[in-house]
Amino acid sequence: MPTVAIKAVGLTKGFGEGEARTVALRDVNLEMYFGEMVYVVGPSGSGKTTLLSVLSGILRPDTGTVLSEGVDLWSLKNDELAAFRLSKIGFVFQDYHLFPRLTTAENVAIPLILKRKNWDESLVEAAKYLDIVGLKGRADLPPVKLSGGEQQRVAIARAIVGQPDILIMDEPTASLDGDTGRSIVSFVKENILNQNRCILIVTHDSRIYEFASRILHMEDGRLTNEEKGKEDED
Amino acid sequence: MGGILKLAYKLLVNDRAKFLTLLVGISFAVFLMIMMMSMFAGVLNRASATVINIGADIWVMDPSVQTVANTIGLPGYVLDATRSIPGVKFAVPLFSGGALVKLGNGTYQAVNVVGLDDTSLFGRPRMLEGSIQDIFAENSFIVLHDSEFHKFGDPKIGTTFELNDHRGKIVGIAETTSSSLFGVPTLYTTYYRAIQYIPNPRFTISYVLVEPKTPADIPLIKQQVKALGYLALTREEFQQRISDFYMYQTGIGMNILLMTGISFIVGLSISGQTFYTFILENLDKFGALKAIGTSSRVLIFMILFQASFTALTGYGLGVGLCTLSTTLAKMRLPDYASRITYPSLLLALVMVTIIAAFSSYIGVRKVLRIEPFDIFRG
Repeated sequence: MPTVAIKAVGLTKGFGEGEARTVALRDVNLEMYFGEMVYVVGPSGSGKTTLLSVLSGILRPDTGTVLSEGVDLWSLKNDELAAFRLSKIGFVFQDYHLFPRLTTAENVAIPLILKRKNWDESLVEAAKYLDIVGLKGRADLPPVKLSGGEQQRVAIARAIVGQPDILIMDEPTASLDGDTGRSIVSFVKENILNQNRCILIVTHDSRIYEFASRILHMEDGRLTNEEKGKEDED
Repeated sequence: MGGILKLAYKLLVNDRAKFLTLLVGISFAVFLMIMMMSMFAGVLNRASATVINIGADIWVMDPSVQTVANTIGLPGYVLDATRSIPGVKFAVPLFSGGALVKLGNGTYQAVNVVGLDDTSLFGRPRMLEGSIQDIFAENSFIVLHDSEFHKFGDPKIGTTFELNDHRGKIVGIAETTSSSLFGVPTLYTTYYRAIQYIPNPRFTISYVLVEPKTPADIPLIKQQVKALGYLALTREEFQQRISDFYMYQTGIGMNILLMTGISFIVGLSISGQTFYTFILENLDKFGALKAIGTSSRVLIFMILFQASFTALTGYGLGVGLCTLSTTLAKMRLPDYASRITYPSLLLALVMVTIIAAFSSYIGVRKVLRIEPFDIFRG
């Protein structure tokens, strides 16, 4: 029986007041398990990013709970929530958000440094993770010297260097060409996903659907459909 | 926290253009602030040159005296009465006044003449050339080797001049602690020769210089002199009185204050604006840090460190620049009156701290307001 990584119950979230109010999440319930790579897909404005933010402890829902490893995220105080994200969740942002003035190794080392790990040790650890994502020898380069795909790999290395249980990727292939996008997601599935880690990917890039364990379809703030990934079907 | 500090440092310093702009802004502001205050301190110091050079512990004067230059003659009984106050070790007269000297080349030069007590020569300067005892020889004067020395025609021992049709002769050259504010050379002679050579009103004692037996006697001496209807001030009090006069009654103080204020505003606006731009340009990165799990406390700490580091580095550069330019100016311009004092350094540090606090405040305010959710929304 797989272990639940994230469980969301009755999530609702709206923005604005009165007539201008938009409801982004409507009674969303879901469970994600360790060892799974789950996609949330849907058209723009369907609530994917809002769901991702609520599940990762970044955006407080109006109602509902998010449980992760027995912890009710939204019962935590802000600083406790930040500490939870730092230790349990890795983020890969759509635009990477790498610091252009730092080297790739320094960028990757940031979560370790925030965990109060020694600077030099963090850089050594970061270099190992750069090797894992196939960027050996690029540790001292600034991110701007790397291609889009390589920057994405740096962002992935930064997300996993703290060994989080949950990896959250927002539109990981949006800025990449088809082949590079596929190779990145394939790499993540083969090298990052394991039985102790759950990966949530928000995307509307159908070219990478083949790598999903499950695909959750969203529309108008609701999870409308769930389909199993190709491999699981096999 | 060492790693976080290093991270904050690298984020700041690696953006070289912004960091340099910040440093230039703060250094320039510190430079201007300290220069203004130093020049004022230099002016005040020179205004008290006679007090500093004579070095008496207590100065007895007419209560109306505001600066060392505008003396009001004291009747002879003040000297006698002061000498009779318990706690006075000794008291001597001092003459200080202006005169016009005709130099050997026929030109006239204004001078300040200081007449020292004939018996003790109390307040005598340290000699560079000649002997102090030569001051007792006929027509003898000692000239101070200060920034105005050359106006006397770069005199040597034996140089002669005329003072109110009296012959005068330089018998010594003395060094000085502080040059005069008024841009005229200073001559030392004996008290009696000074009052003979220079036309005077009825009372000729400019100041009574007092040496107390112990510092504990000073309050009693001041009280007794006050009972006589005169004023006794310690050296520091007299200097403060002179400073207060120039600061509050001449407009110089207000002008310097305005210039210092303007320098502060220049520094505040340059560094505040640049730091704000730095924060704005990195706002998405700070948002990403927040999303990753950086607490608000750590972000505030990073911004405070960045602002403090920039402010203190700029302060150090500003002080260094100020010291360098003052030193160079003094080498080239002997008349240049500027003194970098601890209070001016401290005041500049306080102002730089305010600049850092202001810059941090606007940075922290902006960073705390950013929602990590905005990072996902792009």
